[in-house]
Amino acid sequence: MLGFILRRVGLLVPTFLGITIITFGFVRVLPGDPVLLMAGERGLTPERHQQLLEEFGFNRPIWQQYIEYLGDLLTGDFGNSFITKKPVLDEFFTLFPATIELSLCAMLIAIAFGIPAGIIAASKRGSILDQSIMGVSLVGYSMPIFWWGLLLIIVFSGWLGWTPVSGRISLVFFFQIKTGFMLIDSLLSGQKGAFQSALSHIILPAIVLATIPLAVIARQTRSAMLEVLGEDYVRTAKAKGLPSRRVIGIHALRNAMIPVITVIGLSVGTLLAGAILTETIFSWPGIGKWMVDSISRRDYQVVQGGLLLIAAIVMTVNLLVDMTYGLINPRIRHN
Amino acid sequence: MAINSYQKKNSLQKQKQKRNLRSSVLAEFWFYFSENRGAVIGLWVFLFLVLIAIIAPFAAPHGPVDQYRDALLVPPVWQQDGSWKFILGTDAVGRDILSRLMYGARFSLFIGLVVVTIAATGGILIGLIAGYFQGVLGTIIMRIMDVILAFPSLLLALVMVAILGPGLINAMIAIAIVLQPHFVRLTRASVINELSREYVTSARVAGASTIYLITRTILPNCLSPVIVQATLSFSTAILDAAALGFLGLGAQPPTPEWGTMLAEAREFILRAWWVVTLPGLAILITVLAINLMGDGLRDALDPKLRRS
Repeated sequence: MLGFILRRVGLLVPTFLGITIITFGFVRVLPGDPVLLMAGERGLTPERHQQLLEEFGFNRPIWQQYIEYLGDLLTGDFGNSFITKKPVLDEFFTLFPATIELSLCAMLIAIAFGIPAGIIAASKRGSILDQSIMGVSLVGYSMPIFWWGLLLIIVFSGWLGWTPVSGRISLVFFFQIKTGFMLIDSLLSGQKGAFQSALSHIILPAIVLATIPLAVIARQTRSAMLEVLGEDYVRTAKAKGLPSRRVIGIHALRNAMIPVITVIGLSVGTLLAGAILTETIFSWPGIGKWMVDSISRRDYQVVQGGLLLIAAIVMTVNLLVDMTYGLINPRIRHN
Repeated sequence: MAINSYQKKNSLQKQKQKRNLRSSVLAEFWFYFSENRGAVIGLWVFLFLVLIAIIAPFAAPHGPVDQYRDALLVPPVWQQDGSWKFILGTDAVGRDILSRLMYGARFSLFIGLVVVTIAATGGILIGLIAGYFQGVLGTIIMRIMDVILAFPSLLLALVMVAILGPGLINAMIAIAIVLQPHFVRLTRASVINELSREYVTSARVAGASTIYLITRTILPNCLSPVIVQATLSFSTAILDAAALGFLGLGAQPPTPEWGTMLAEAREFILRAWWVVTLPGLAILITVLAINLMGDGLRDALDPKLRRS
């Protein structure tokens, strides 16, 4: 097992270097002088310009700059935002919990509804119920989620007035941030109505973000179940006279879960991409909105750092999925 | 003379056989495709959208950027204050939504077509190379693809557009780049799979050159999964382009691109539901139709994946 893990981690090293080359190259291929970009509208005297060029090392050979960039990364220095002047890494970690909270809620919704839907569809294969579940999940899969979010806002915030339109919690509540997760912090604060407020803020964005993973999980669960239901051991279990609930719930489900778990793990990338749109629509202060805002503000240091951090997260999660898979299925480990 | 006419007859027969074979393959394809009711519906909807895109300049009641200053935010005809002049209503600057949606179909289908063509051509080419030359070259290519796949695709497209500058063409290039690794992986996997087959060995023994082997012997046998992937990419391309338009980095106003229309309509969501609902519905219907077709194509082309 250790050898398997080491091999997998080793494979990541070139990929990670490739990612750093892309994020490093990103600022360099931008049209225009990076120093002028940083200075923005204010303009610079030629002396100050030269001084800054030297300070940031933009006038040295490109490979030297790259090595330095790598060194900075290893010491946790992702540069400072052009706009706020704060370290990119600090900003990232301030905003990241909001994105995790939203993604976790979305994932919970997707799993809680997607897996049962897939099981029901598979066990009633060909029925109207199966066809409707698959139809709905194909609609979910095809959904432009930025529009879906607006639609939910129209109905639940506009017409019904049930949920707020943006943010994480109502401004009347003020308490210490302990975990960074608003749902937990609001509970810990003990203030009346704080948790309800946080919940009503997160529910719509979480539903929007959950839509595509939910559809994917439902479809994957159905097809994995169908495959397993045709296996000999399931037929044996049925022939033994076990109740079908037991056959489906225990014998089939356990084996059908392996591909489903993989799909769940691999949808982390989808979630982060979805977070960009969802957070923008609901003004959710997470890293997705942060990236979009930084792009429109031309804060390239933040875009560069954020891109690298997000790619590193996706890569790490994929690695963990791979390892879990290897843990469950020995054939992969020994390949 | 006799031999010549025999040869002629023989080659004619061969041609006929070839044609029969082709039509029987097509018939088989259509048999499996048409068994999937959703796929057939998807195909009809898609053809309808293509028709709309073609006839938009003649059939649209108004120009896509014509502004009627005395008819701002007019609701659709079935609502109070609606008028037959603007069947689906007008937007905040008095443009006819139906006409804009019809012209928008042109953009979405064009985006899908161009992006998939670029991504698939590039991806297949690179995939063939990576599969055929599995040594250092193949490894390097696959590592590069891993790097591209490590980024969430929309984010990478977003950043690339930020570098290249906002606009429809740049958005299409960016989306094509983030989509093509899927084609590379798929093509490479099936090339590796096919390389060990006996028909490839026999072609090689018969003296086929590398180029002939790759393009004539292996490629046709790898195409099924690639075609299915192309359909899926078509819908992804439309969705991503609309998302970029929505974020203000794709097609720029006043282009009647559906995502861009949504972005312009955002501030009116609580006042005029139709300016927001209709462009999104158009995107959803288009993407849904293509995905339905994709399911049918998979059933028809890939016996291994055929739903049992």
